[in-house]
Formats: sequence, structure tokens, C-alpha cells
Amino acid sequence: MDENAITLSINGRDTTCFVRNAATLLYILREKLGLTGAKPGCLNGDCGACTIDVDGEPMKSCLMLAVEGEGKKITTIEGMKQTTIQSQFIEKFAFQCGYCTPGFIMNCHALIQKHPDATDDMIKNWMESNICRCTGYKEIEDAVKTALRQANQNTDG
Amino acid sequence: MISYDFDYHKPTAIQEALELFQALKKQGKKPVYFSGGTEIITLGRVNELVTDAVIDIKAIPECNTYKQDNRLILGAALTLTNVLDLQSFPFLEKAVAEIADNTARNKITLGGNICANIIYREAVLPLLLTDSRILLASLDGLTEKPISELFHQELQLKDGELLVQVMTDLEAIQLPFYIVKKRRQWGVGYPLITVAALRKQNKVHVAISGLCSFPFRNKQMEDSLNNEQLSIDERIEAALKHIPATVLDDVHGSDAYRIFVLKNTLRDILRVLGGAENDG
Ligand SMILES: Cc1cc2nc3c(=O)[nH]c(=O)nc-3n(C[C@H](O)[C@H](O)[C@H](O)COP(=O)(O)OP(=O)(O)OC[C@H]3O[C@@H](n4cnc5c(N)ncnc54)[C@H](O)[C@@H]3O)c2cc1C
Ligand code: FES
Ligand code: FES
Repeated sequence: MDENAITLSINGRDTTCFVRNAATLLYILREKLGLTGAKPGCLNGDCGACTIDVDGEPMKSCLMLAVEGEGKKITTIEGMKQTTIQSQFIEKFAFQCGYCTPGFIMNCHALIQKHPDATDDMIKNWMESNICRCTGYKEIEDAVKTALRQANQNTDG
Repeated sequence: MISYDFDYHKPTAIQEALELFQALKKQGKKPVYFSGGTEIITLGRVNELVTDAVIDIKAIPECNTYKQDNRLILGAALTLTNVLDLQSFPFLEKAVAEIADNTARNKITLGGNICANIIYREAVLPLLLTDSRILLASLDGLTEKPISELFHQELQLKDGELLVQVMTDLEAIQLPFYIVKKRRQWGVGYPLITVAALRKQNKVHVAISGLCSFPFRNKQMEDSLNNEQLSIDERIEAALKHIPATVLDDVHGSDAYRIFVLKNTLRDILRVLGGAENDG
């Protein structure tokens, strides 16, 4: 199996690794780079457990080849430090087993960055990209809404 | 994980992509154009799509075009999110907003949905109804054609032909439309059926996905729905006689249930978009 060297910008660092063209970014993150925060779930684009941030947009890393990541700014859950949304997930008990949590947090974080004024409809629309088998989603909704409120307070000064 | 290997190419011009395709074929390879790549990756993982060379079209400027003068031009490699953000074609946006989910729409492309192997291809419905045109590229040059001429069950592309753009007259974009996606359950996922309709020159035009194993627009069906000699229910019964293939009977719903939902949806369409004058 042929592998080529590519350079990916992940969590603010350029990383060169050898990848098969057919390898998904999810696989490379986990198996080659040891970044196991993005989780394999359905591997079919349905569950959102593998969600990362690519150039400010949430992206399902099982739907992306690693070679497509060249030249893009990739952030995984490992690159998120003390963000409001992370604290809010803890505050609001927005997880149980935690398997879906990195994916949810990456999606919520992108939403807050892109749409700090997100409406309820927009929050629902974005959150439908992720599935949780444990919580009732209410706690996750509370966490996002509180983080959004805090983001707005911060921008309001 | 995709168990087989493939070459990955990312041309920056149409001609380069077309020549690459032919060169790879000459080497005995089976190249495919790779747009969002989501279908190639997901079907590839279960060996339902096998290729030894992909040609990523996302760096080709014409495939990323967005232009608006007397018509709207959308590049095939625009993501569904791009299409939504442009806010230029409400009917298409309404169809696209129901495809997959917000995150997946950041990767799935307009051209990928039109050329999909997966049977729904819901973005095609508004394009068929607005008599949109498509720009195709082959080594013979660029050809622009009405989508209705080339979309029969699926887009009829010659080997190596590339879908570059979709064009829609602004006049058609302004026409009143209706689109509804009925799912078995939940707010995300493939449709039980999706029915789209457009009112043009006092006639209702209809296109459907999820009823048969391909999306379609059918002239006889539309003639029946617009037959003012008949009551609404009679029009619908007459229209159903022109369903062009076997009605799907699968995990999303039985054939009988699909017909039941279709009848109710067509009734709503005739009520909302007119044509219901003769109901009695
Ligand atoms: C999570 C998820 C949910 C989905 N839900 C829906 C849904 O609700 N409704 C629906 O209609 N579909 C749905 N789909 C299917 C999806 O729209 C199709 O699989 C579509 O093909 C994906 O687009 P893409 O850009 O990723 O395609 P790709 O994987 O890039 O390509 C798909 C096919 O089209 C060909 N192709 C792509 N672009 C061109 C071009 N410009 N010229 C010639 N050939 C081309 C490719 O060679 C390939 O054969 C869903 C897919 C996913 C992953
Ligand atoms: S593992 Fe990627 S969406 Fe489920
Ligand atoms: S907390 Fe267990 S899947 Fe979400």
C-alpha cells in the first residue's frame, strides 16, 4: 500500500505524516497522530462523533480524506483548551458515557464562533448533525445556550 | 477504512481534469471525479464503489463559480452550505436544506448530489422544475443543455464528461414553489418521498424523489394534475397512472404508504399552488 508524505496544520502545528490517499482524516488523526479525541462511530457521516473543525466549519472527519486536509487549518478536541463550551458541558452534565462529547463540542464551538447570535432554530439545525445515545439532549441544549449567552456578554463588553 | 488504494489528483483547470481522466483510462485505470467525496468515501468503505484514481475537482475555478446576471450560475463543486449561504435561489435552498445535516452539507456538493449513485438526488427536483441548464465539459469542448434533456433517472454523462455548472433564469427563480420532504421519522435523513412543485403560466409542475428508484418529472402526470375537467381527487388518481416505474417498498415505507402520502401531498400542492379551482 503506497503512502505519500503530506503536511497538515493541526491544532496550530504543522505535522508531516505518511498517508494512503484512501485514508480518511479520522483514521490518520487517530492511528497515525495519536489524536484519539475524534471518535469513530458510524463511519458513514451520520453520527457526528468524528466531528472536527476545518477552517472554522464543523466537518465529519470520516467524510474527508487526509489528503484533502492539506492547506487547511484543522482543529480537533485536543486543540480546545478551557473553552466556555467545554466548561458548560461539565456544568450542565451534558454527557454520560462521553463518546459523542468531542464531536458535539467541536460542532457547538463552531456554531458559537460563527453565529454568536444563533436562534433556537439554528441551534437545532446544527445539533441535528450529532447523535447522543445517553443524554436526553436537553443538557446539551442548555450547555450551548449558556455558552452562547456568555459569548454575547463577552462581545457586549 | 477503504480497503483499496487509489491515486489522488487535484487539477486546477477543466482541460487538465479531462486530460487526466483520459490519461488514467489509457493506463487501464478506472478514474472518477471527486467533488465532496462523501459518497466515494462511504460507498468505497463497503466496496460498493471501487476506483483506482480520483480526480478532485474542488480546485477548478469554474466548478466553484457563483455568478448572477440575468441568470444564476452555480459551480458543481459548491457545497450545499455554500448554496444555502448565497441566498439566491429559495426553491433550491429549501431542497438542499433538507439534504443530510448541517455538518455533512459542509462537504456534500451540488454537483455531487446531482451525479450521485444514491437514488434520491433531491437537489435535482428544483432544477428540473425551473428548466435549469447545465454546462458539461468534455475533450470536445463545453456544452450547455437543459437539464431535462440529460437527466433521465440519472444525469446521462458520457465517459469522462464533467458537470461544471448549473444555470437558472432569474425569472424561473421568482416563480411560486412548494416542496415537502416526508420522512419515516426524525427531522434528518433520507426521504420517504420528497415532492417539489412550481407554478408557471397557471399550471402546476411536479417532480418527485423517493417514490421510485430515481427522481423524476413526468409530463403526463403534470397534464393530469392540470386537467380542469376533473375534480382534484380525479386529477390525482389520473396522475398516479403515470408514475414511471415500480414504487419503492423498503425500510422507509411500503409502496402503499408512499402512494397514500403522495396523494395527500399532491392535494396540498394543488391547494397551495392553485389548480384547485375545479374542486367540488
Ligand atoms: C450523511 C449523509 C446524508 C445524506 N442525505 C441525503 C439526503 O437526505 N438526500 C439526498 O439526496 N442525498 C443525501 N445524501 C447523499 C449525497 O447527497 C450524495 O451521496 C452525493 O453524491 C454526495 O455529494 P459529494 O459531493 O460528496 O459527491 P462525490 O462523492 O464527490 O461524488 C458522487 C458521485 O458523483 C460523481 N461526480 C461528482 N461530481 C461530479 C461532477 N462535477 N461531474 C461528474 N461527476 C461527478 C462522482 O464521480 C461520484 O460518482 C447523503 C449523504 C450523506 C453522507
Ligand atoms: S463516524 Fe463520522 S459521522 Fe459517524
Ligand atoms: S454521552 Fe454517551 S453517547 Fe452521548
